[in-house]
Order: sequence, then structure tokens, then C-alpha cells
Amino acid sequence: MTDRITRKVFLRRAAASGSILTVPGLLAACGGGGGGGGASSGATTQQLAKTLRFSNWTLYMDRDLKNHTFPSLIEFQKKYGVHVDYMQDVNDNASFYGKIQGQLSKGQGIGRDIIVMTDNSPFPALLVKKGWVEKLDKSAIPNIKNLVPVQRHPAWDPNRDYSLPWQSGFTGIAYNERLTDPVLSIDDLFGNPKLKGKVTCLNEMGDALSLVMLANGDDPSHVTDATFNRAMAKIKKAVDSGQIRQFTGNDYAPPLAKGDLSAAMSWSGDIPQLDAPYIHWNLPTDGGDTWTDNMLIPTGGNVYTASVYMNYVYDPQVQGLMEAGDPKRNITGIYYIPPVIGAKEAALKFNPPVAKNTDIFPTPKMLDNVHLFDPTALTNQKYLTAWQNLISA
Amino acid sequence: MGLGFLHRHRGTTPYLLLLPGLLWLGVFFLVPLGFLVYQSLQSGNFVVGYAFHWAWSNYWDSVKGYSGEFERSFEYAGIATALALIVSYPVAYWIAFRGGRWKNLLLLFIVAPFFVTYLIRTLAWQTILSDHGFVVRSLATLHLVAHGGRVLNTAVAVVAGITYNFLPFMALPLYVSLEQIDARLIEAAEDLYASKLHAFLRVTVPLSLPGIVAGTLLTFIPAAGDFINAQLLGSPTNHMIGNVIQSKFLETGDVPVAASMSFILMAIIVVMVLAYARAVGTEQLTG
Repeated sequence: MTDRITRKVFLRRAAASGSILTVPGLLAACGGGGGGGGASSGATTQQLAKTLRFSNWTLYMDRDLKNHTFPSLIEFQKKYGVHVDYMQDVNDNASFYGKIQGQLSKGQGIGRDIIVMTDNSPFPALLVKKGWVEKLDKSAIPNIKNLVPVQRHPAWDPNRDYSLPWQSGFTGIAYNERLTDPVLSIDDLFGNPKLKGKVTCLNEMGDALSLVMLANGDDPSHVTDATFNRAMAKIKKAVDSGQIRQFTGNDYAPPLAKGDLSAAMSWSGDIPQLDAPYIHWNLPTDGGDTWTDNMLIPTGGNVYTASVYMNYVYDPQVQGLMEAGDPKRNITGIYYIPPVIGAKEAALKFNPPVAKNTDIFPTPKMLDNVHLFDPTALTNQKYLTAWQNLISA
Repeated sequence: MGLGFLHRHRGTTPYLLLLPGLLWLGVFFLVPLGFLVYQSLQSGNFVVGYAFHWAWSNYWDSVKGYSGEFERSFEYAGIATALALIVSYPVAYWIAFRGGRWKNLLLLFIVAPFFVTYLIRTLAWQTILSDHGFVVRSLATLHLVAHGGRVLNTAVAVVAGITYNFLPFMALPLYVSLEQIDARLIEAAEDLYASKLHAFLRVTVPLSLPGIVAGTLLTFIPAAGDFINAQLLGSPTNHMIGNVIQSKFLETGDVPVAASMSFILMAIIVVMVLAYARAVGTEQLTG
């Protein structure tokens, strides 16, 4: 075939594709990207993909401080030959869901094999209900037996067919002792004039409202219009007076470490990860809330590879190191609350002070002082709209 | 053969030449715009899905619920545009009339920050304006900021951020129109006994008007819809309409109201641009 003919063929094809360039066709063509990629996306063949694409929150993986790597992911690659493309692109549940829902609603993949979303937002339940997540390949997850009993039957996924907990945590208050006296209550955080413009509130409705409702003497696990409105009024007052500087996801951490914030509504594990001894974290005196982040396989994700990874992190030895880190090897841990039986015993070997830290391996008394946010309130559109209006306007 | 066809139908050539542009406009502007209007008349959310039924109430809800954010957007964009003009005019003037052989290099200095992405440039201001940073400490020493006060997460930071981020859109059109001015006209004005100030006001400014018009439009229009600066440099009391639209589109899934807001924003801007064009004369828009 000569060069000329090739060009002619090319031009003819170009013209043909031009003539069928209808608008819906074009839109469909534009929407495509992102999905697929893995060797057997969506299929349940038991063959490992070359790469596992994992979207997680920031400060949520064991880290080698010297080489800026994630040791447990490197170990996983050594063991299974699967490279983990680890993306820390979840800052809060609502905006992450907003980013992925368009493609998922068209039945397209989002270029991820595992995503992590929180059960005190409506989204994990919504993803399951809409059928936008794949069933786990439990035959590849024998370690599921190590899942702590309290996490085995959540209402939104009763048999854990679609999800496994990544970590749990508490929502409380962090403060910088160089800039303020201890801040131990929501009334202090939102009312102390010395903290004006120096505090932030979380933009997750469940977290923020739980703490404020507890401060109001209301029960966050049974939300009514009255308790909702009371909590909203309290936060709105603190916004209008300039007390609250911003609503944040994980992004409160850098300004807190830098000193722009004196105190912040904060998630338990973030603070030990900051490695700033002058920043302290406590459950509020009126009580805090607890939540669990869940690994999910979005449509088009490689089920087998994702399941093999889940099995890997449910090995108590692996989980223990991920959780507690290892000071001898310069590794920091996740420092949240692990869902794996035996993690504490393993953590004791690597890093005893962390294994004994009650924010990470909480005492029964602490567990009595934390509450779950009302799941029905999380799907109440009226509440969600009011909340979003408060934080974005 | 193709050339022969064109030769025989010479009358159609202009239309054929227009075709790519019209196709582009149709596919990438008119169709999405129509889709936006369609979405703005739907109702629903992420959970139940969306259905079309002439929901004009979305428009009323947008205006009623968010008039404050609309006003704030135009206020911030207006102030930022004025500031950008005040800052850019002397710079562009100096480069155009005194830049000599350094002109291109000086222009590069204006554009250089744009080689860094918008988001990073704005995030950098978080560090620069940090409560314990150099800027705030200096301002506090000068008693321009109260001790323990702040600049970050205030209206000042948002307007400053917008001004900074859109400055080149003002400076470059200004430079182009100033550069084209025949210096002999200014000399002539001075020969005719105009003072320097008079020559500037009566000759230079009117001749640079096309640049001023283009620059203010290029700055004001995107600034009014911006949300990054308010989100990263503002507090919840400084949020602009762009923040509400972003949150409604991506976070609450209130797509219909977000679409109607976008449409209202666009309509207000079109009306403002038309009024502006009328006031300064349409010929200034085309130079």
C-alpha cells in the first residue's frame, strides 16, 4: 500500500466520521474516559490487574517519613506484583460524590478500583442502593473473619456484600496549646471571644451536627426538626459573628499546624499524624461522634484485585503496622481506629505508645461517650439543603 | 475536482469558510446553553433523579434565596476590576511608551505568573497572607491591621485574590491599545498648549478606550462567576454566587437551581455588558 492510498483511505474515513458527527454521538464520545484500564474491569475473573487504583482521604495511610513512600503499599506490590496507584483525592464526602456520580449514573467506570466513603454521610448507602458499586469477591477475602463484630452488619449493607471498613474515628476538638487555653467544649469553640475568627467547623453535616446537638443536650441519633433547627441556629450564630473562619474537610490540618487556627472541629487520627506535640485532640466534654470509612468498589473497578487488597489489609500483622507505624523504621501510622481483630496485639510489637493510645484503641468508657448520627437525617433532603446553604452561602 | 467545484459556486465560499466557526459555536455553546435552560426547568436531586416539568420556580428560588451572593459577586468583581485598571494602566503605559527594547521581556513578566496553575497561585496567597506571616505582621506594625487581626479569610483577601488573578486580562489589552497610539498626537496636543495632564486626559485616555473596555470586560465577566478565590481566601460570609453554584452542582445535586442560577448570572452580565457598550459606544468594543 502506497503512502497516497493510505492518505486517501484516511481522508475518506475522516469524512465518514464527520458526517455521522451528531450531537448525542459526540456527547457519548466525550463522556467515555476514565473507565476501564484494568485488565479485567468489572469482571470477576480471578486474575490480578497490573495496577490497583485507590482513592482515599489525605493522612490516611502509613508513611515512610524519610522516603515519602507508603510502606504497606510497597509491601503489597512485592507480595502480589500489583502496583497501587494511590490517590489522596477525597477531601469530603459530598464533593467526592459530586465528582463521581455523573459517570456512575451513565454506567461508566470512574477509573478507580477502590474508593473510601464515610457512613455518616448518605453516600455509601446511596451507592449501594443505586447499584453503582460491585460486589466484593469474598472468596478472595478469607481474612474477613477478622472484622470486628460491631462492624459486621451495618443497616445499609447488612452482610458486608459491598463494603469493608477502612478505619473508624471520632469527631472532637483539636487545639493549639501555644495559642489558646484548652478548648474542650463546643460552647467554648463557638462562643469564646478569644477564639473569634480562629476556629473552623467541619463541613460534614453528621459530624458537625452531632457535636453541636450534644452540646445542646439533644440526642444526635434521633434528629427532630426542633433539635436540627436548634443546632443550625447555634452554628449560624457563630458564622454570622465571625467566630467560624471556614467550613473544612481534611483541609483544616495545615492552617492548624501553621497557627492560623487556634482550634478546630477535628477528626481523631489527623492530629497524631500531624506530628505537632503542641496540638491536642479531645472528645468534647458533652460527647463526640463516631463514624466509619468504608472501602467500596465502584462500577468498572477490578473486583478481584480490590478484594485481594482488602484481604491484605485485614491481615492483623499488616493492619498493626499500618495503624501504629514503626518508629525504628521511620514509619508513621494511620492512627485512626482499626476494624481488624488482632491489630492492637500486632501494633504493640511495632509501636507500644501508639498501641496504648486510647484515641486509637479506645477504652470502653470512651466508646460510651460517642454517638452515631441519625441515618435517616442523612438522607433528609430538607436537612441536606439547609446544611449546604449554611456552609456555602 | 474540489477546486473546480469551488470555482463554479463562488458565492458559497464565504459560507463554507464560516462553517467551522458556526459548527464550533453550535456544538460548544448553543447546544450546552440549551441544555442548561432545559436543566434549569427540571426538578429533583441526586437521590430521586431529575424530571422536566417547566419548573420556573427554580428561577424565583435562586433570586429569592441568594440575592445576597449575587450582589456580593458583582460588588467584589466590580472593585477588583477597578483595582486592576488602576494598577495596570500605569504599568501598561510605561511599557508601551518607555519600555523600548525591553518591551517583550516586561510583558513576559506580566504573563509569567500564569505559567503556574490558577489553583496553586491562589493557594500561595494562603501562605503569604497567613496570620503569622510577613504581610500581616508588617500591616500590624503599621496599625493597618489590629494586633491579632487577620487578612486571610476576609473580603479584602478575596478581592485582592481576584484582582491578582485577573490582572493580565486587564494589562495586556491596555498595552495593545496604548502601544498603537501615535506619540506625535500627544506631542501635537502639547504644542497646542495642552498641559501634560490635559494631553493625557484628552488624547491618551480616549485613544486607549478600546483597551480599557476590552480589559474591564475580560476581567469583570470571569471575576463575577469566580468561586476559587472566595473558597480559598474567604470565609463563609464572603462566598460569591459561584460558590453556591459549585456546591449545588457538585455537592447537593441541586442541579436545576444551580442551572437557573448560572443562567441568571449570564443574563445579568449580558445586560450589564450591553448597557456598558451603549454608554461608551459600540465602536470602542471593536477598537
